[in-house]
Amino acid sequence: MKENGEIKVLIVDDEPGILMPLEFLMRKSGYQVYIARNGTEAKESIDQELPQVVVLDLMMPDVDGYEVCRYLRRKTGMGQAKVIVISAKTKEEDIRKAYEAGADAYMPKPFSTRVLVEKVKQLVDHEAES
Amino acid sequence: MSYGLVIGLSFLYLALLFGLAYWAEKRSAAGKSLVSNSYIYALSMAVYCTAWTYYGSVGRAATTGLEFLAIYVGPTLMAPLWWLVLRKIIRICKVQRITTLADFIAARYGKSIALGSVVTVICVMGTIPYISIQLKAIAGSLFILTGTNGVAATAAPFYLDVAFLVAVTLAVFTIVYGVRHLEATERHEGMVTAIAFESVFKLVVFLVAGAFVTYSVFNGFDDILQNAAQLPDFQELMTFSGENGFGSWFWLVLLSMLAILFLPRQFQVAVVENVNEQHLNKAMWLFPLYLFVINVFVLPVALGGNVLFAGQQVDMDMYVLAIPMSQGQDLLAVLVYLGGFSAATSMVIVSTIALSVMISNNLLMPVLVAGPAKRRSSSYFQTMLLYSRRLSILLVLLLAYLYYKLVAEHYSLVEIGLVSFVAVAQFAPAVIGGIFWKEGSRNGALAGIVAGFLVWCYTLLVPSVVGAKLLPESLLQEGLFGLFWLKPFALFGLEGMDYISHTMFWSMFLNIGLYVGLSLLGQQTSKERNQAEVFVDIFKYSAAVESSIVWKGTAYLPDIRSLLSNFLGEQRAQEALEAFYEQYPGAASADGRADPRLVTYAETLLAGVIGSSSAHILLGSVAKAEEISLDEVLDILKESQQLISMNKELRQTSLELQQATAQLQASNQRLQEADELKDEFLTTVTHELRTPLTSIRALSEILYDNPELEREEQQAFLKTIVTETERLGRLIAQVLDLERFDLGRQGLQLQPVHLPEVVAEAVAALQQLAHEKQVALVVNMPPALPPVPANYDRLVQVLVNLISNALKFCSSGSGKIVVSGVLRAGTIQLSVADNGKGIALADQQQIFDKFYQARHQTTRKPEGTGLGLTISKKIIESHQGRLWVESEPGQGATFVFELPVAAVQQEQEQVQTGLEGPFH
Repeated sequence: MKENGEIKVLIVDDEPGILMPLEFLMRKSGYQVYIARNGTEAKESIDQELPQVVVLDLMMPDVDGYEVCRYLRRKTGMGQAKVIVISAKTKEEDIRKAYEAGADAYMPKPFSTRVLVEKVKQLVDHEAES
Repeated sequence: MSYGLVIGLSFLYLALLFGLAYWAEKRSAAGKSLVSNSYIYALSMAVYCTAWTYYGSVGRAATTGLEFLAIYVGPTLMAPLWWLVLRKIIRICKVQRITTLADFIAARYGKSIALGSVVTVICVMGTIPYISIQLKAIAGSLFILTGTNGVAATAAPFYLDVAFLVAVTLAVFTIVYGVRHLEATERHEGMVTAIAFESVFKLVVFLVAGAFVTYSVFNGFDDILQNAAQLPDFQELMTFSGENGFGSWFWLVLLSMLAILFLPRQFQVAVVENVNEQHLNKAMWLFPLYLFVINVFVLPVALGGNVLFAGQQVDMDMYVLAIPMSQGQDLLAVLVYLGGFSAATSMVIVSTIALSVMISNNLLMPVLVAGPAKRRSSSYFQTMLLYSRRLSILLVLLLAYLYYKLVAEHYSLVEIGLVSFVAVAQFAPAVIGGIFWKEGSRNGALAGIVAGFLVWCYTLLVPSVVGAKLLPESLLQEGLFGLFWLKPFALFGLEGMDYISHTMFWSMFLNIGLYVGLSLLGQQTSKERNQAEVFVDIFKYSAAVESSIVWKGTAYLPDIRSLLSNFLGEQRAQEALEAFYEQYPGAASADGRADPRLVTYAETLLAGVIGSSSAHILLGSVAKAEEISLDEVLDILKESQQLISMNKELRQTSLELQQATAQLQASNQRLQEADELKDEFLTTVTHELRTPLTSIRALSEILYDNPELEREEQQAFLKTIVTETERLGRLIAQVLDLERFDLGRQGLQLQPVHLPEVVAEAVAALQQLAHEKQVALVVNMPPALPPVPANYDRLVQVLVNLISNALKFCSSGSGKIVVSGVLRAGTIQLSVADNGKGIALADQQQIFDKFYQARHQTTRKPEGTGLGLTISKKIIESHQGRLWVESEPGQGATFVFELPVAAVQQEQEQVQTGLEGPFH
């Protein structure tokens, strides 16, 4: 089982007001945190070093969250890197599309930070077990 | 010039006509019919211009001056009315397959045999003098051309008489040419084509001759007039003469208006030979034009002749031929002769054909079919018809010769022609009344026509016979039996009118009086009433004439079939029956009984060949008709009319329903679209709300869960919370704002606003931000801009929005924003130009849509709500202005808004004048 310090979490969102609390929370949980402010940065980050968990916004300039997710899945296949989608989109259709693109969890905004932290932890553990 | 040459040329001309007709019929059979051309139709109507026009008008003009024009003024006045009268007659004849004037009148008044016969007799008697003047003209022109002494020539035995030979030749020619075979429709395409050609030929030759006289013999119109003015009777010729001059003009115009409709030959070319009602449109202007053109040189030739032949014995009717002869222009003279020959032959051909059909269908056939003849062999009737027509033609021409020989030699062409006009004018009340007045009855029509005709005989025919010295002169001087009130030219003591007007007056008076009187007093039979309905309302019934003719009774199909084959031949009868069953599939019956509509159909078909009265008798012999009451006829007709109008209403209603449905669908679609837009708007708004809310919630939870946080960190988190809260508030305010504009509740208070002040305030609010981003913010406003009617705060809002947008797109350091204003054509244009990356053409419209940024994430900026431009546009539009963007990608973007200035400026001026008033 990996130590939390070895777990890489990539946070992808174009809103500074959201990046700020998420970065804080993930650091506090002891993960290595990477930030991407748009889809392109996210892909670059994935190329450089594969994260264990991605916290992914859907609506972003240039490359959107679905595309980032599919990109990741093309690299890893299901089960390896875990993806939590956070989005203001709440329609069923959007949620289904996210799972189809390869997401592991979907959290509509505004979410509880405690639930998010818990979710990330579960996924990290789950991945460690598998 | 030798007889042989001239007669040879005449025969050559006839051969040419025959060839032309033959060729036209060949073309028609090949489907390239010439008569489908409306010019041919209009030209064929010019058969109105006969030898009367060609020779007679000149003679008339030479003796009585301008009066010759009256009979061309009448048809010219009538032509516009053709649309009302002639079109209706054409339609009726087509629907009922009527092929002659006699048949038309007979059919209208219950297919009356008596009426048909009377009309035929009048037509024949009325037309014979007219044909005789054609013979006279041909003979006369031949004499002049060949230099024969006319008086000596006519003294020869009749079989050597030129006029006799001309009559026989024309009869043979017409028989070969027009009555070679039977036609169900009685249309003669070859004849019509040849007549149209003759119309052109006689016009051209007459104009050439006229031009020759005017410009070669004399020096133009002026010269002729000056010369003619020296003649003693010139003054009299060129003015209305005496006390009854105006009266004669009136009667002559009226007479010719009726003649153009009711002369048998005019009825033939205008109605029977018509293939398309639309052709009337062209004839209505082309025919009067033709009349005008052919009359241009009449007066010059007449006056020229008077000048040239003053004191000599020259027949004035022959001036147009005599003048070229006297000038030694033999070639022109021959041409003129042929032109006159052409004018005469065209009249003779058409008239005799029309009369022959009348005689065979309205006089002979009713007698033939009344007997047991229907059981004769199938070719019997066809042979009879053909021979009766051929004989009729010969008979008519011989009678015309006889009239010429006995009477016409003593009168001028026009005098005799007018006698014919008056005869056919007697049909006017019965025909015109018949197509516009349903009450007109058979008895009225018959009595009127007979009375008019008797007046005509007594006051025109008898005196002409007297003039020919065949009756004692005392008849004219003292009246019949010495009774003064029976003097033919002063009937019942009416004096002071010329003889034509006199006859017209009395014949029309009695004719119309009896027609109207008896029609009002008497009762129509059901058959009459039926035809009256169909004639008067023909445009309602023409689509389904079979079902609009009311008939009840029993008939059997084999009888009808054999009847049809007797007259049409086996093959055409079979085709006709097939055509019928195709139109009325329900009419076939198992027991051999014929459908009533089939009886009507067969009768109409037969009417085309043998006339409607005879056809009616024939059908009556095979079909047992039941008596049917007048009320029943009216009921059935009313029903069929109601059916037609109900169908119309139904169609109308269903059309309206369709339209309503389409409208409903459209508005439903619009509603759906509006609904979808509203949905989308709501989704976008909530989405835009969720983002800052997420940030606020997350940061608040962190602050709550982590009291041990560093002061600095706390401060940073709290600051973001505040910013995001502001963003939320802004968003909510703008959504509400937009909603107000959408509902039209913005409630703007407009006051005179000075735009430089607005710019100054907006720039001041953003100067700090620009400074921070190192963007140059330049204001370039002319000082003397007039005020605009506007809401100050709203304009500031727009400018702040535009400038802050520009700031977003300017790159830090090199960015530059220019705010400038300009006065242009009653408006002020204010623009905000940046030097950022610009906007693609495809996006230039859409950026004004709500949340355009949000939906197109590439341009999304966290600072904006996505509603700024939408609201700005709405604000400007509610000021009656426009907001748009001009941009080339890479060159920056310029947002421009335009506000009208005029209204306020005026107000302002008023205010200023007020200030300059007494208080200054």
